[in-house]
Amino acid sequence: MTGLRLKDLRVVIDGRDGPQVPVDGVSLEVGARECVTLLGESGCGKSLTALALMRLLPEGLRIASGEAWLADTNLFALPEKAMRSIRGGRMAMIFQEPMVSLNPVMSIGEQIVESLHVHRGLRGGRAGDEVGRLLLAVGLEPAMAASYPFQLSGGQRQRALIATMLAGEPEVLVADEPTTALDVTVQAQILRLLRRLQHERGMGLLLITHDIDVARDMADRVMVMYAGQMVEWAERERLFERARHPYTRTLLRVLPSARRRGEILEHLAGNVPSLGTGHTGCRFAERCPDAVDRCRAEAPPVHAVGDGHWVRCHLALEPQSARRDTVSAGGRLEPALRIGAPLLEVNDLAVHFPIRRGVFKRTLGWVKAVDGVCLHLAQAETLALVGESGCGKSTLAKAILRLLEPSRGSVRLDGQEITTLRGEALRKRRSQMQIIFQDPYSSLNPRMRVGEILEEGLLSLRPDLDRTARVSRVGALLERVGLERGAARRYPHAFSGGQRQRIAIARALAVGPRLLLCDEPTSALDVSVQAQIINMLKALQDQEGLAYLFITHNLPVVGYLAHRIMVMYRGRIVEEGTTEALFASPLHPYTRLLLDSAPGHGLRAEAITRGDGRVAETGCPYAHRCPMTEARCRSERPILRAVGADRLVACHLVGGD
Amino acid sequence: MNLPFMPVVLWSDALLFLLLGVVLVFVRQVRRHEHLRAPWRQVGRSRLGMASVVVLACYGAIGLLDSLHFRPQLPAEPGQPVQYAAEVSSLFDVLAGPLRGQAEQTYSAPFATRLFVKKSLHLPDGRVTRDYPRLQYGGAHLSSEAERGPDIAVRALWGALSGLGVAAVLWVMAVLWVARRAGLDRARAWSRLWREPAFGGGRSALVTLSVLLVLGGILLHWAGHYHVLGTDKVGQDVLYLALKSIRTGLLIGTLTTLIMLPLALFLGVAAGYFGGRADDVIQYLYTTLNSIPGVLLIAAAVLVAQVYIETNPDLYDTAAARSDLRLVFLCGILGVTSWTGLARLLRGEALKLREQDYIQAARAFGVSRLRILGRHILPNVSHLVLISVVIDFSALVLAEAVLSYVGVGVDPVMASWGNMINGARMELAREPVVWWQLTAAFLFMFTLVLAANLFADGVREAFDPRSGVRA
Repeated sequence: MTGLRLKDLRVVIDGRDGPQVPVDGVSLEVGARECVTLLGESGCGKSLTALALMRLLPEGLRIASGEAWLADTNLFALPEKAMRSIRGGRMAMIFQEPMVSLNPVMSIGEQIVESLHVHRGLRGGRAGDEVGRLLLAVGLEPAMAASYPFQLSGGQRQRALIATMLAGEPEVLVADEPTTALDVTVQAQILRLLRRLQHERGMGLLLITHDIDVARDMADRVMVMYAGQMVEWAERERLFERARHPYTRTLLRVLPSARRRGEILEHLAGNVPSLGTGHTGCRFAERCPDAVDRCRAEAPPVHAVGDGHWVRCHLALEPQSARRDTVSAGGRLEPALRIGAPLLEVNDLAVHFPIRRGVFKRTLGWVKAVDGVCLHLAQAETLALVGESGCGKSTLAKAILRLLEPSRGSVRLDGQEITTLRGEALRKRRSQMQIIFQDPYSSLNPRMRVGEILEEGLLSLRPDLDRTARVSRVGALLERVGLERGAARRYPHAFSGGQRQRIAIARALAVGPRLLLCDEPTSALDVSVQAQIINMLKALQDQEGLAYLFITHNLPVVGYLAHRIMVMYRGRIVEEGTTEALFASPLHPYTRLLLDSAPGHGLRAEAITRGDGRVAETGCPYAHRCPMTEARCRSERPILRAVGADRLVACHLVGGD
Repeated sequence: MNLPFMPVVLWSDALLFLLLGVVLVFVRQVRRHEHLRAPWRQVGRSRLGMASVVVLACYGAIGLLDSLHFRPQLPAEPGQPVQYAAEVSSLFDVLAGPLRGQAEQTYSAPFATRLFVKKSLHLPDGRVTRDYPRLQYGGAHLSSEAERGPDIAVRALWGALSGLGVAAVLWVMAVLWVARRAGLDRARAWSRLWREPAFGGGRSALVTLSVLLVLGGILLHWAGHYHVLGTDKVGQDVLYLALKSIRTGLLIGTLTTLIMLPLALFLGVAAGYFGGRADDVIQYLYTTLNSIPGVLLIAAAVLVAQVYIETNPDLYDTAAARSDLRLVFLCGILGVTSWTGLARLLRGEALKLREQDYIQAARAFGVSRLRILGRHILPNVSHLVLISVVIDFSALVLAEAVLSYVGVGVDPVMASWGNMINGARMELAREPVVWWQLTAAFLFMFTLVLAANLFADGVREAFDPRSGVRA
């Protein structure tokens, strides 16, 4: 018997108010060369399952029962000393954030050698050769052994971490959200690498993810977890085509995509139950669209519904046809307002940060975070700004809002120039545009009540309102974003991530803006909650004609929500067009890379990217990554020019009209 | 109005009452805000924390009693204008009357009945011998010195019993309170108070209070008849001096904070939030201040202040006011030199907070800078301020001792632990050694600093967001 088997794992926290069980009866197996994906929203116990397997549970948590077998070794029965040689040896784990998993004061090579020495007894020249071999295997130059983690990019760090984990020649690799902190383009590379290594080395891979599309690309078998329990366990095709558990079925349907434009996304009301909730019946019953009385009274057992397909649901054994089919998505919503008059016009906007050195802070050079961007946005229109992290998307948004001072260029709101406004005049204009941030945890002041947070903008921008008017307005706002009026008296920590994002949206709406800048508003949320927020944003636009500048790297959301897309690369726009046209035929090689890297399409062929290199001062900024460069790309900077109607692209290789 | 005394408000008293007012406002604020109340409730549950609160409260009570100053009326002939004594007394002096009045000639050991040094004695028959004379007050009530041991024991027993009696009353009141609040009968309320972990803090506070009451009872029964901690060079009761020093120690610990806090808060937060030129100026300022050896700076400042006080006698009307002025100056100087640490901490925190999204959102609303500082930054650094203030307190108490020992601390006539140690310094070299002065100062200071440190630990645990992870 090879591979990893886990039976009936229970992890217990011994708290003051009795024990809590974050992982309750999870069984799984990972065969050689097999990729098993643990899929679930945050707080479902995925990571704890993995940590329990490695016997690395944080203080205060313990394995209450269960067995784990790695081939013929009973992991939970081993003494700690023997377990230490298994960790990083026969079984290795990679984490989400590679920077904290690598020791910052040791070179990559030293860290690999350390692992080689501990697990395989290699030293000196032989270890050095092996380091080179491992680095090549993960797609890094052997010369990189001498570099330190801070010298590497995020993707390179994750590769280096994988190399250190491979040093012990593991039979099973546990990967906990290995690509969540990375850009889509890098994510695709790392996933491909993992799959290749798994096949070459005959490794089992236990991949933990919240991203359904990643699971679709990678998994041989998928286990879906909910509130600490396994709810469904099946082979990939079976799960994606014939899911039986209502939770799995909803998860597959809440995802936005270009195909669903105009539909109201189905969503799950509520949140994953918090730890310590007493369960009598099925843990999903509260949110289940199909729940019957029995679900609330009696905890469902695991039913086998087919070959290697298990479901924890009372309704699993009933014939599918007898069940109420919920596929009928909430229907379509016709916008009440059509795209109207132009609202925002940005011309040649640039934000340059000086690089200062020395005692006298002399300016040595400039970081051109945003370098000559033009855009226009009309009422009731959504313009998506897409690009990798660090390309200047957020800087652009902040410069439009005048949270950062632009270095040059103009921003016109309703025809009025706002880059030159000062003091009171600027304050007046601020009520017209507001911003929603990515992280709902850092965007609300933890020391203020929700009511005070919502009032803040009113106090500043609408001094004409008195106290009672403000209070009633706050109440109305809360109802508008689907919260009760009583929420005003509570503090942000009493709310979940999705509810906090609603509060943040209410705060922005408080002053009656016409333009909302949404900086990745859903990327910190679980998919079921993401659908709620997206539905709400869409409804607001349809009813009130809000214009959105939607900054994101999540292409399915863009495809669902945006009218037009602008692709940004290193501070410049490289392509612009309507959503349909851009998705159908991307012109710029970078746009193509982005679209192909998006997970959920079976990891399309590699070939369109090359390694990172130095950006040339002249020529196309994308030339160092572009697979199709010509001599002209290196000498001459392409300008954004029209290619057909409604289409702009900055690339020498795209023919004009 | 014809009071039998004239109230005197010294500078340090005024500042202390101001501080008390600030603390009361803070408490009211905490009671109204849930997120502020929660960590304090956690402090209330911690057993060590509550025990140290009780000890600190005892010190505080003595310090406060000692801060209510007045000048008693002198007995005057009828028809004469009312005269007040030149010496300023405090309420504590009145309560500790016997201790204050019963001065011997010079050193005497704890519980001694005779002086520590030989004197020439004139015997009734006219001869002169050299011997240890009987004390004027210590053990004067004994008919024979052989009774001393049993007398001390009997008094201790009575003292302990009276202390226990008061403690028992307190426990009964606590049980009744629990019974009424939870609606239980008394037996159940008792077992709950005694066993349940939720009452751990209150229980340990009661136990500490009981121990202190028993100790206090014993001391009270001894103090009128013996010098429990001996007497010093000029015959003053050391116990009285040690108790008087409490006020000095507390003032140094708290008033300095009052002076240092606005500086640290404003400069630290402003440097972090505004950045640029403001940051440069403030950073240079505290780097410069930090590069001057602290003791030298304080010594220089104290000497200057002393000269100023000497040349401006119209600033004070009594000797007490004069030494008080010097104490306030010392607090000010310590405050000005000790704001840098907290300011640096706050600067870092403000730098971090400045980039938080909720501050960006406030800026997008056009909220003014001062309002952002007040509404968004200050509340979010308050836990840091609280933690560092509580931790700094004990360091300042110790600093006073060191400075007074060096001779640049409080006025030499003012009772303070540092002065006591300074006075004991020379006597440590003699044989047999005069150990009680040093021991008394050490004991009182140690208890205060230990309690303050344990309390600081409790506060840090409750307020530091990182410590919550392990809970």
